[in-house]
Amino acid sequence: MMRVGNNGWVQGEPLVRPSNGTRERPGPPLVRIEEVTKRFNGVAAVDRVSLDIQRGELFAILGSSGCGKTTLLRMMAGFEQPTSGRILIDGVDMTHVPPYERPVNLMFQSYALFPHMTVTQNVAYGLKKERVAAAEIKARVAEMLALVRLEALADRRPARLSGGEQQRVALARALIKRPKLLLLDEPLAALDKKLREHTQFELANLQYQLGTTFVVVTHDQDEAMTLACRIAVMEQGRIAQVGTPGEVYEYPTNRFVADFVGNINLIEGRVTHVEGARLKLHCESIGAELTALSEESFAPGGAACLAVRPEKIMISRSRPEAPNHNVLKGVVWDLGYFGDQSLYRVRLPSGAVMQVSAQNLRRSASLTVEWDDEVYLSWDVASTIVLRE
Amino acid sequence: MTAEEATSGTNTGRWLHRAVLLPYLWLLLFFLAPFLIILKISFAEPIVAQPPFTPLLEWSEQGFEGVTATFENYTFLFQDGYYGIIYLASLKMAAIGTLLCLLLGYPMAYYIARQSPRRREILLLAVILPFWISFLLRVYAWIGLLNTRGVINDALLWLGVIDQPLELLYNDFAVYLGIVYSYLPFMILPLYATLERLDLDLLDAAADLGAKRWQVFLDVTLPLSMPGIIGGCLLVFIPAVGEFVIPALLGGADTLMIGRVLWDEFFISRDWPVASAVSIVLVLLLVAPIIWFQHIQSREQEAGR
Repeated sequence: MMRVGNNGWVQGEPLVRPSNGTRERPGPPLVRIEEVTKRFNGVAAVDRVSLDIQRGELFAILGSSGCGKTTLLRMMAGFEQPTSGRILIDGVDMTHVPPYERPVNLMFQSYALFPHMTVTQNVAYGLKKERVAAAEIKARVAEMLALVRLEALADRRPARLSGGEQQRVALARALIKRPKLLLLDEPLAALDKKLREHTQFELANLQYQLGTTFVVVTHDQDEAMTLACRIAVMEQGRIAQVGTPGEVYEYPTNRFVADFVGNINLIEGRVTHVEGARLKLHCESIGAELTALSEESFAPGGAACLAVRPEKIMISRSRPEAPNHNVLKGVVWDLGYFGDQSLYRVRLPSGAVMQVSAQNLRRSASLTVEWDDEVYLSWDVASTIVLRE
Repeated sequence: MTAEEATSGTNTGRWLHRAVLLPYLWLLLFFLAPFLIILKISFAEPIVAQPPFTPLLEWSEQGFEGVTATFENYTFLFQDGYYGIIYLASLKMAAIGTLLCLLLGYPMAYYIARQSPRRREILLLAVILPFWISFLLRVYAWIGLLNTRGVINDALLWLGVIDQPLELLYNDFAVYLGIVYSYLPFMILPLYATLERLDLDLLDAAADLGAKRWQVFLDVTLPLSMPGIIGGCLLVFIPAVGEFVIPALLGGADTLMIGRVLWDEFFISRDWPVASAVSIVLVLLLVAPIIWFQHIQSREQEAGR
């Protein structure tokens, strides 16, 4: 049920959203995708995907172009039929129900606003097709336009709106029927950077206010991270990992996710010693022994891939006195200064290059670490991600 | 155009002006001049002479004598109900022909616009292909097809579908057939152009918001293809009203179309002034829909397309 307060979706309002996870997790999922496969001319665009999306969740499907995320979205909307598998929405099998009979609305990447209709007519369209009484349509459209702050532009045609305004019309039009599920296809892709950052908070706030389940499809990991309660990372038609932004970033379960989300240093290694959860690995590429922790069981001699985020690595000119840390020595090969932080590329004696990012915590016009400096890299053993090959 | 473009484009701009001037001169010479001559003749009186009408400006040895103009030809047109009937009959035939073209052309254009780019090219080529053969020849070919001893009747007789040849030729049916056959490409091409540009997301959006397929068509496809519909209808309707060849070759004795009347007035009655008045009224009848179309278009542009 939609609730719209007077202060609905106002800029500058503090974000009252649980940092992660949904508000009410228990209960049956709103969307259940069961073993869904979609083939186009024999090629699987979506390959045996199973996914549960909870009620009230802001769920993101993240992947590069061609990974099948849009096909999955279009199947939820009803524009494509799965080759096999089922899609249940609110417990009802919707696999073969046409789009116009689903409690689902889609906000298109192109917005797809009707160019021959005004803002009001665009927003009212869904209700007209539902044969809602004229007076109610008027009231609900006014309420919705207020929610997205478009009252002043009600009689404009879409061509005379800015990109941000068009995006809000598209959102209002998709929400007017009070769908159980709102699908958003790259909702922010067409906006410029400043507006995008601003809008993504507005979008998250709106979702929280309305309590509608949102599924956002995006190729932009920042967008997915900031917006979503949970993220499904897709690769070649399959789901590589599902988790909260924190889980996906800090605890990737496979090499693809580790590499796709954020920057990371990947180091191939061979397990030499196992002691409980503590692994020692010999890493040929960097010519060093590294220590890592893993809950999974590894046998000595097995191959593994270590992954370390650049911000987890400390850089210093003197050898750090840190127990339980992996320490490497190298030379600063390249450095980028971004004001708030600096990005270093450090070449190890073996020739391998590690990425390190450091916050510039102290004000100084000159950096403590410069080009060609000999430096030590160190990171906590617990910050090392161990991935099975 | 921004100021920058305007200054950097002066050179090309001047060339463009010159290039555009040529077709304008062409139109001036070969459209406007004959039109003015016809307009002049329409105010003259018929005489048995060479040319067969009185001059507008009278000159004698003393010099300019004065202007002789008469509205009699026009009053004659309006008093004699015959012309009114023929105008209406022509408009009716052109309108029905246009409607038939629209009803046939719209699904065709829609179908072509939804094909893969490669198939589209082939299908469009097929639409344009008849233009490679002379128009007159193609209309003549229909005589061979529709005759009582023509291909169609022969085939139907041979198949035993009929035992008497059908009267397919020299009637209104044959004229409609000729109009639809000849002008269908003029309908399909502008329709195709608008339908091909149509953003398919809009159709999905309408379906997503609860519109069934026919509602999607009525609410989105049809209004957005309006420029193509109007353009196609004008391209068919305007030449069809004044059509001469099709009714002359395929029409019956009772097929009344203004093109034939014009021909008769000029070359059989040799009444050039009345014939000229007939054509001037025809032009005025046709200018109205063009102005209307221009008006719609400019309004459309103002609304931001």
